[in-house]
Amino acid sequence: MQAEQIKKRNKRYDKYVEAVSPKTAMLPSLAKSFWVGGLTCVIAQIIFELYTLAFPSVSEQAIIGFTLSTIIIIAVFLTGIGVFDKLGRYAGAGAFLPITGFANAMASAGMEFRSEGLIFGSQVKFFSVVGPVLVNGIVWSTVAGLIHSIINAVVG
Amino acid sequence: MLNKTIHKSKNAYFLGKDSVDYARHNSHYVTHTLREMPKTALTHCKVTSKSRQTLFFSNPVYILSGGSVVAKRESKGPVGKYFDKVFEENIKIPFEKEELSMLKKAITLCIDKSKLKISDIDMLFAGDLLNQITSSCFAARDLKIPFFGLYSACSTFTQALASGASFINAGYFDNVACATASHFASAERQFRNPLEYGAQRPPYSQWTVTGAGCTMLSNGGDNDILNIFSNVSPRITSATYGKVVDFGIKDVANMGGAMAPSALDTLICLLSDTGYSVEDFDLIITGDLGKLGSDMLRDLALEQGILLGKNYTDCGVLIYDSTQDCYQGGSGAGCSAVVFNGFILEMIKQKRYKRIALLATGALLSPQSVLQGESIPGICHGVVIEI
Repeated sequence: MQAEQIKKRNKRYDKYVEAVSPKTAMLPSLAKSFWVGGLTCVIAQIIFELYTLAFPSVSEQAIIGFTLSTIIIIAVFLTGIGVFDKLGRYAGAGAFLPITGFANAMASAGMEFRSEGLIFGSQVKFFSVVGPVLVNGIVWSTVAGLIHSIINAVVG
Repeated sequence: MLNKTIHKSKNAYFLGKDSVDYARHNSHYVTHTLREMPKTALTHCKVTSKSRQTLFFSNPVYILSGGSVVAKRESKGPVGKYFDKVFEENIKIPFEKEELSMLKKAITLCIDKSKLKISDIDMLFAGDLLNQITSSCFAARDLKIPFFGLYSACSTFTQALASGASFINAGYFDNVACATASHFASAERQFRNPLEYGAQRPPYSQWTVTGAGCTMLSNGGDNDILNIFSNVSPRITSATYGKVVDFGIKDVANMGGAMAPSALDTLICLLSDTGYSVEDFDLIITGDLGKLGSDMLRDLALEQGILLGKNYTDCGVLIYDSTQDCYQGGSGAGCSAVVFNGFILEMIKQKRYKRIALLATGALLSPQSVLQGESIPGICHGVVIEI
């Protein structure tokens, strides 16, 4: 068969597969991720308020740090006891977008490769899923910082 | 791809616009007007008429016994009660080791049932989904059986049956064990994300079966052994090795779509080479196309003029219930192996099925090839089992 014909056939087949494959229903999954993601934020806000009440002398920045750590610890704990993947499957971006998703991705990779040893398994694979997030986060924040300081030097 | 279009089903787009109106055949599984189709259609299958893909076994190749080991989830499925053993999963053991011990258990179970000794087994044909097929290699190491490692993704089981039968037919071996295994967690680790990672799967994805199956083939040299299978002696009469077929699917989650064309190719070849029509089989069963993939195969086959009726099903459809949250059904090298050795052999024993075509399908991909933008080719090997 000619390459041209194969291309045509593949295109038709692709269209057919696309047509018969079931799609994820958009509205229900949006609703699910909305309420789970929103609830996560509400819980974080409650923790933040509680910390503010408990440590009135500590600065707001530090309290934000505490709150983030607490949320991360909760997410890692839920990953460890095998709840978070079910939550993620249910809520999608609602579970994945807050910092909980990042914590889950690292913890799950670490757990998964524990059988190859602590160093060559877990520690090597920690960043197998979240690596791009780190790389892009560091690179682009550096670029933004550079631009910011250049503008400051020129204007001010 | 064959270019003779006989009838078109509702969703078929890809063989040109000529031919009949769609309205008459709106459903997939169709009407009396199509009843006569297969035979007339097969005369047009010129592509495969001179095929050398099918081997006919003139010397008897008997199936002596089958062993199947599954995990909890599979044992709760519709065919769960037919499996020999339910494997207790232990989180302290690495998944790969679990897969290995399941495979070993399946092989020893099968040997015990066939009343042979390990020393009677001339060769173990085995394969799995892991890199360098380690589970099979280690099982062969531990059991001390000569080993022939195979890899054909999820179609490894029929590849093993076909290869084992060929060697027996040629007279080189007397007794051959054919085994495959797969494990949900080790396959996930190999091909997808970490297990506890909270990612969503598309609804057309499939669930890798945790299980291992082993079939014992024999030339029946010792007449006593033939009575084991309660006076039924199922034989492998022919085997059709498949071509690698690629229709350009690139979505890793859509295995059914990637493998359905290869299943069609081998099915057409098997039918035209053996001369049987679809109705001649009590059961035509594909390996792990899943619900979606098997519906696609029905569509594709109908387009070629082959009506797959009630006697067609898929191992991946049988193994899980729709309530078990396994999306389109089971997949993996263990899927066809456990369903065949558990369910189908039992049905043969009860003489419900007299002629079966088992067509296990496999998707030939690696995590790297997918990232490099390669499409996913499929392969399908078929065997015909008769009593």
